[in-house]
Order: sequence, then C-alpha cells, then structure tokens
Amino acid sequence: MSATAVDTTGNLQSPFLCSEEPHAPNGSLLGFWIYLMSDCFIFASLFVCYAVLGTSTAGGPTAAEVLDLPGLAVNTALLLVSSVTFGFAMLEMARKRKTAMLAWLAVSGLLAAAFVTLEIHEFLGMIAEGAGPGRSAFLSSFFTLVGTHGLHVSVGILWLVVLMVQLGKFGITEANVRRLQCLSMFWHFLDLVWVGVFSFVYLAGVLR
Amino acid sequence: MSHSTSHDLAHGHEPGHDEHANHGTLRSYLTGFALAAILTIIPFWLVMGQVFANHWVTITIVLALAVVQIFVHIVYFLHLDARGEGGWNLLSFVFTVVLVVIVLGASIWVMYTENTLMMPMSPQYQHSADT
Repeated sequence: MSATAVDTTGNLQSPFLCSEEPHAPNGSLLGFWIYLMSDCFIFASLFVCYAVLGTSTAGGPTAAEVLDLPGLAVNTALLLVSSVTFGFAMLEMARKRKTAMLAWLAVSGLLAAAFVTLEIHEFLGMIAEGAGPGRSAFLSSFFTLVGTHGLHVSVGILWLVVLMVQLGKFGITEANVRRLQCLSMFWHFLDLVWVGVFSFVYLAGVLR
Repeated sequence: MSHSTSHDLAHGHEPGHDEHANHGTLRSYLTGFALAAILTIIPFWLVMGQVFANHWVTITIVLALAVVQIFVHIVYFLHLDARGEGGWNLLSFVFTVVLVVIVLGASIWVMYTENTLMMPMSPQYQHSADT
C-alpha cells in the first residue's frame, strides 16, 4: 500500500520500495484451495443438520417416500463424467490445444447443466407433491444441503462460460491457465461433495 | 514452480513429473473414473437391490465406500500430494479434515445423545408435534 502512495504522490523512487510486489508463484492456487477447505465447513455443517434432522418428518413424507433413486443414479453419473471430461480439458490445456480444450469444457458444462436441470425438476416435483422445504425439518435440511450444492454447480457453470469466452478471446495465457486450474479444483471438489450427498442423504437416508 | 511457463521446458527432460503435479495424466483420470464408478455402483446396488436384510449393515458399508471414494477423488482428480504448494495444500487439508471430524462427530454424538435422553412425550403432545 505504501508503495503505491509513494508512486502517486511524487514518483519518489526508494530502493526499499517496489512499485509491484512479486507474486508468490501459484499463490492463487493455494488461496483457492483454502477457500475450498472453508467451503468444506459449510457443507459439513449442512451435513450435520441433515444427520440430526433427517428423521424429523413431523408426520410428513419420509426420505424413502420422496427421494428418487433412479434419478439420483443419472445425476451421479452426469456429475462424475463431467468431472472426468473437465480433466481431459486440463490435459488439452497442458498441450496448448485450444479447440480440443474448449470442446471438452463445453461437454463438462453441458453435463453439469443437465445435472442442475434434473435437480430442479426433482425439486419442483417434490414441492408439487407437498414435500417442499417448509413441510418438515427433514425436508428443510434436505433442500438446504442439496440446494447449496446445486447452487455451487450453477455458479461453476456460470464461471465456466465466462472463462470459455476469455479463453476463446485471449487464448491459453498464463492468467487463464491459473483461472482454469482454480475452476478445475472447484469442479472436482463439487463432485467430491456430491459423493457425500448421494451416499449420506439419499442412499443412507432412504434406509433410516 | 510456475507450472504454466516452465511446463514445456520441464516436459522435455522430465516427462510425467510436472504433469502429475498439475493436471494429472490421462491414466490418472481414467483410473480415478474407473474406481469412482465401481465405488458408486456398489452402494447403489446394495440399496436398490436390498442385498442385506439389516439396514445398518448397508448404511455402514455405503458410508465406508463414500469415504473411500472421497479419497479416490482427492488423489486422482484433485491431485493432492505432499509436493503441491510446498505441502501447504496437504497441511490445510489435514487441518480441515480434523476440524470437520470434530464438528461432525461431536455434533452428531451430542444431538443423538440428547434425543435419547429426552423425556418421552405424552400422547396428546405427540399428536400435536406430528401434525
């Protein structure tokens, strides 16, 4: 901060002040990783809510009655394949093949969009059946946890679209590589959280 | 450690190493995909096929497989290892896991114990609580 103040006031050149601090290499990646770790806490607390409230149905529908396992299987497959195709995009990025990279990114984005569409469809179906988030503590915790994950995926898609425009316009520059590496971590992280969701919320939930 | 710029140079004399640290390899993604698919199909089969009569056996296996799959994702997709960012990635991850286990484990323990220690509700209140 003091460096910029000196620069703007009188161009005073001091040997002890640099106009720009050298960036630590890969600082953004570590910073983004720490953001993901803090996101873990958000999801962990929502998982705890579901663990505690998952059986408090207040006489309403139980998990076994409202959760759709075949639909869940499709959703899980979509997200897992999307995670792998994003990995393929990263490999193409390393080889500096822009078109192939953009194609894999588009595939990942479309798979994630299909995931979100199916999830919204499932949510609307549940609300139409009278199993909305206001029905019971179980459904509140369910919609909060799964909805938060879905919101993350939606934001990831938005980020992906913006980044694809940037990559198309400016190519595989150092800054774009860094951004794509962050998004890659975000993408895989959401698939990792989904493992917890489908195992704990759905599969274990319908048996409790 | 600036991977993006030194990548092409590093690729020449030390193939594989630099790629693994950043974006993984085709093999790592395919291995991860195969393992994740197997670890997903087994719990779905256990629950949808109603393999075990005892639900708690199924739940335990499903959750154990989920933990295994989470580690598969971390290793093969997120490429977490002790080398990345000088070990800080791994360190912050371990810190998070410890705290999450404390938060999750302790909260569930406390809340379930509290549930079992609650006074049983008399029937008329039970009815009003259910509706």
